[in-house]
Amino acid sequence: MAEQMIISISREYGSCGHEVAELVAKELGIALYDRNLLDAVAEEKDMSADKLRKFDEKPRNLFMTRSVNGHSNAMEDVVAEMQFEYLQKKAAEGESFVAVGRCVETALKEYENLVKVFVMGDRKTKIDHIMKKFNLSEAEAETKMNRHDTKRKAYHNRYSESKWGDSRGYDLCVSTSKLGVCNTAKIIIDYVKGCQA
Amino acid sequence: MTLAQILAVLIFVAMFVLIVMDKIERQIVTLACGALTLILVFGVGMHSMDAILETLNVRSIFTPGFWYAVGAEESSSGINWATIIFIAGMMVMVEGMAKAGFFQWLCMRLAKLVNYKPIPLFVVFMVMAAVLSMFIDSITVILFLAAVTVELAKLLHIDPIPMILSEIFCANLGGSATMCGDPPNIIIGTSLGYTFGDFLTNTGLMAGIALVVVIIYFFLVYRKELIQEEGQGVDPSSIPDPKEAITNKKDFIVSCVIFGCAVVLLISHAQTHLTVAFIGAVIALVTLIAAGKDAVVLLKKVDYKTLLFFVGLFMVVGGLEQTGILELIAGFIGDVSGGNIYVMIAIIIWISAVASAFVDNIPFAATMIPVVKSLAATTGADLSVLAWALSMGTDIGGSATPIGASANVVGTSVAAKNGYPIGWGKYCKTAAPATIIVVAISMLIIFVRYC
Repeated sequence: MAEQMIISISREYGSCGHEVAELVAKELGIALYDRNLLDAVAEEKDMSADKLRKFDEKPRNLFMTRSVNGHSNAMEDVVAEMQFEYLQKKAAEGESFVAVGRCVETALKEYENLVKVFVMGDRKTKIDHIMKKFNLSEAEAETKMNRHDTKRKAYHNRYSESKWGDSRGYDLCVSTSKLGVCNTAKIIIDYVKGCQA
Repeated sequence: MTLAQILAVLIFVAMFVLIVMDKIERQIVTLACGALTLILVFGVGMHSMDAILETLNVRSIFTPGFWYAVGAEESSSGINWATIIFIAGMMVMVEGMAKAGFFQWLCMRLAKLVNYKPIPLFVVFMVMAAVLSMFIDSITVILFLAAVTVELAKLLHIDPIPMILSEIFCANLGGSATMCGDPPNIIIGTSLGYTFGDFLTNTGLMAGIALVVVIIYFFLVYRKELIQEEGQGVDPSSIPDPKEAITNKKDFIVSCVIFGCAVVLLISHAQTHLTVAFIGAVIALVTLIAAGKDAVVLLKKVDYKTLLFFVGLFMVVGGLEQTGILELIAGFIGDVSGGNIYVMIAIIIWISAVASAFVDNIPFAATMIPVVKSLAATTGADLSVLAWALSMGTDIGGSATPIGASANVVGTSVAAKNGYPIGWGKYCKTAAPATIIVVAISMLIIFVRYC
């Protein structure tokens, strides 16, 4: 039986981190968990995935929610915990997978086979990509990018032990701007295989 | 304002903001702010070693009056060690009860008693939430009750949200009935020297009347859903037997006996002169001895973070008290009310209720105790009347919003984790009017009975 592979891919908005994750999962023939995680969680809890999606990868509202002895009534926290638990269950079952975002590097930190990757990109390349993908002006693309990155950072820093984008919290930080999606995915796959050798 | 007063206010505001932001664990916030109070307010601002010693209040633990008091009023200055020791003792006892399966057993037993019929179940669980919360902290009560409610709702195919919301409200209401039901009451009781019986005959009476009204209110609000669910048939054999909840029969009996003794000691402490600190310490000791080798497990489960939170909180409030800030607030309330007791009660109960709906009611109550004490001293108002107004305002006000009281947070969290999210709209739609009704009833009772 092949050794378990768990790859967490955190990414900057517009860096094509998701496309990289898709390619890595496809090349390695393992599952990809991203927004589809919510469908699985929703099915398990008999809830609407769309309802959960509103709270996915978002920081909680500080003034409208509270936590007491580890019990939080922020849906953002509840949704995050549901996803962590689901991934922890999959990891405990020995499944190999690529997970995009969702603070996997902290949620699954006890797994030795976990490879933590941060995918980034040059500011200009990311803005160009967003402009093209969503048919936006440069200013709109920049605003969208900043907004998403701020949310991801706040979400990550709430649940993770390391800071979002801080190289010390990852095994590999790689920019897609110079290499493109395919070559970045190849580097990650080589790195993962190297870790297992 | 003096430098010490400015520093005390700044530290207090910073503590509140940091607690609300929830970025740093709250016990670290209060302890750090407490340390700053000792250094900056008492050291730099007041140059007073006496203020530091008075706020740390360690000497009080070694006085006979701390454990055995004959009608003596306990000090409200500084760290209220009686509250901390009592809460710690109750935590140990509750852990022992939870480990033995007492709470699940009680919930399942009562559910079986009413044949799992939704309407009687709805009423019985509300009453149980209120009664248990009179002696046990509402967080524990709701943690178990909400979990069992969700479990039963899934088996009975009913919506657990109306039950959870009504249970949360009743847990907070039950907590207001006794001295040991809600942390603000423990602090009020130990600080102002009131007994379990004082609370039971004053706030307890108000809570009892309010409970009847609240049961009718919640039934009317959810009658459509309840009547519809009542018509659904249920196979009792598909529901686990209550006995299955008991993990160890001997532990279960022992925990029931200890709980019974705790209730008797609390009810009779005015006659026995044993303080709540003594009762808490004895109950913890007996629970640990009875647990034998499992004592370490129970001790590990004690929520030390909450106890440390209290220690820091009392130091910060001590800063406000020693610098005279709270007397200024009391003076302000006295001026606004013009010495009119009706206005004073209305201000205290409604401000306490509104504030507790949005911020933690424990720091609020701890801050307000010296205020009402000073208000009573300067205006000649009856201190106990102001204390009951403060107690009902802080205890009930917290029920209005999902963040107002710890039980609300825990209950809505348990519901959400099980697939039943409760947002502000859904929560406040029923809880906010209920809160207003109960606070209004309490105020009217205070007016009629004491003024």
